[in-house]
Amino acid sequence: MIELMDPQVRADQQSATPPKIEVRGLDFYYGKSQTLKNVSLGVPSHAVTAIIGPSGCGKSTLLRTMNRIYEIYPEQHAEGQILIDGQDILDRRFPLSELRRRVGMVFQKPTPFATSVRNNVAFALSYYERLSKSEMADRVEDALRQAALWDEVKDKLGASALSLSGGQQQRLCIARTLAVKPDVILLDEPTSALDPISTARIEELVHELRDQFTIVIVTHNMQQAARVSQRTAFFHLGELIEVGDTAQIFTNPRVQRTQDYITGRYG
Amino acid sequence: MTPTGAHTSSAFDEDLRDLRELIAEMGERAEAAIHEAMHCLVERDTEAAATLVEADQEIDRLEAEAEDRVVQLIALRAPMADDLRDALAALKIAGVVERIADYAKNIARRVKRLPKTGSIEPLSLLPQMAKMASAMVHDVLVAFVERDAGKARRVCESDDELDDFYDSIFRTLLTFMMENPQNIGPSTTLLFVAKNLERIGDHATNIAEMVYFAATGDRLPDSPERETP
Repeated sequence: MIELMDPQVRADQQSATPPKIEVRGLDFYYGKSQTLKNVSLGVPSHAVTAIIGPSGCGKSTLLRTMNRIYEIYPEQHAEGQILIDGQDILDRRFPLSELRRRVGMVFQKPTPFATSVRNNVAFALSYYERLSKSEMADRVEDALRQAALWDEVKDKLGASALSLSGGQQQRLCIARTLAVKPDVILLDEPTSALDPISTARIEELVHELRDQFTIVIVTHNMQQAARVSQRTAFFHLGELIEVGDTAQIFTNPRVQRTQDYITGRYG
Repeated sequence: MTPTGAHTSSAFDEDLRDLRELIAEMGERAEAAIHEAMHCLVERDTEAAATLVEADQEIDRLEAEAEDRVVQLIALRAPMADDLRDALAALKIAGVVERIADYAKNIARRVKRLPKTGSIEPLSLLPQMAKMASAMVHDVLVAFVERDAGKARRVCESDDELDDFYDSIFRTLLTFMMENPQNIGPSTTLLFVAKNLERIGDHATNIAEMVYFAATGDRLPDSPERETP
């Protein structure tokens, strides 16, 4: 796709500091059908990058390659490179457990475990680290505070996570992700099942977390992309069409297909 | 970049089209007001001039309507990219067209300052200048309706010509005043009229810049500011 962009667009897309995540020539296949075509994209650290595009454009697929979650399906495979801090995570020698610790993911629907609020957060922690009971309690509290959930659940840490509201459950999932201190957080339409207030809370949380993490969010809600992200990438039919500063993409996109999509003329 | 097709929501397309039509209607009224004001001036028809001053309220009403529609459009449709630039341009253009109509009103107000009879030689120059100014208003609103950045740019360029015209009228009136102090009164009135027409051209140029930005997302490169006497 790069060859279709004018030099100005390409220049705009190269940032001065090396990106936290660098996708290089990524192809992705579900069996024989190709869902990502030669995607190259830099994701800056300590910022929110939004991935937008119509259904089936490959945005969720891209997210799923960033932590190799597709590997559990034998018919799916990726070609190309995804460098995180310069290391190719698609290389099979890159340990999966290390990858999953460094790259956390939150899904469209809240996916709490059917156990207590406390155990939901402690579960992953106990997998990665040996912690004393008091250390564990501190880390659980830290994660819940970071996820802006602590005040709402501090008196019911032993209650079932399933008793929380949808928005609280989603923040619990974010807390679970944060507990293992990842570098990168992948959010796959994290608010599509939530009401506007819960959505606003998650967006506020994303805003607060971006100073400490590299965040990639897939969203169908363009207003949300515009509100929470600093960079926006537009995908269409498996190709990266345009990437740039969010303000530029939403006020003055350089590629026709991007404009048609964000103005509601297409997709 | 031009939009390739209709919005998925046809009601959105209708809203945008209605807004354009409203701005175009304001423009037509402002243009007509300039012609009418000049007619009153040349014919020294104070009665028609008073009617014209009254009629300006209609343009004020249309401006308020344009504002309401833009606010609704932004609230209900959340326009993006070129649609957003268009909506904001419409809002600003409505304000400027209203100012242009005010200048026409000012010209109409000056009619009663001219003597009822007797020839005032430079008066014959002003309708030509008014024609240029109202052509700029016409062209720039066509450029807005057609999203034509090239046409907007040409309107900016034609402002130089109008400024030159103003300069020459200014000198002519000055000479006329020096010839005979009795000419000072009517000449000053005509000087104000010429200044109003020159300002109309400046406002059309401002609109052209808004149209260019709305159509392209880029600013029209600055032309050097001219000093007018």
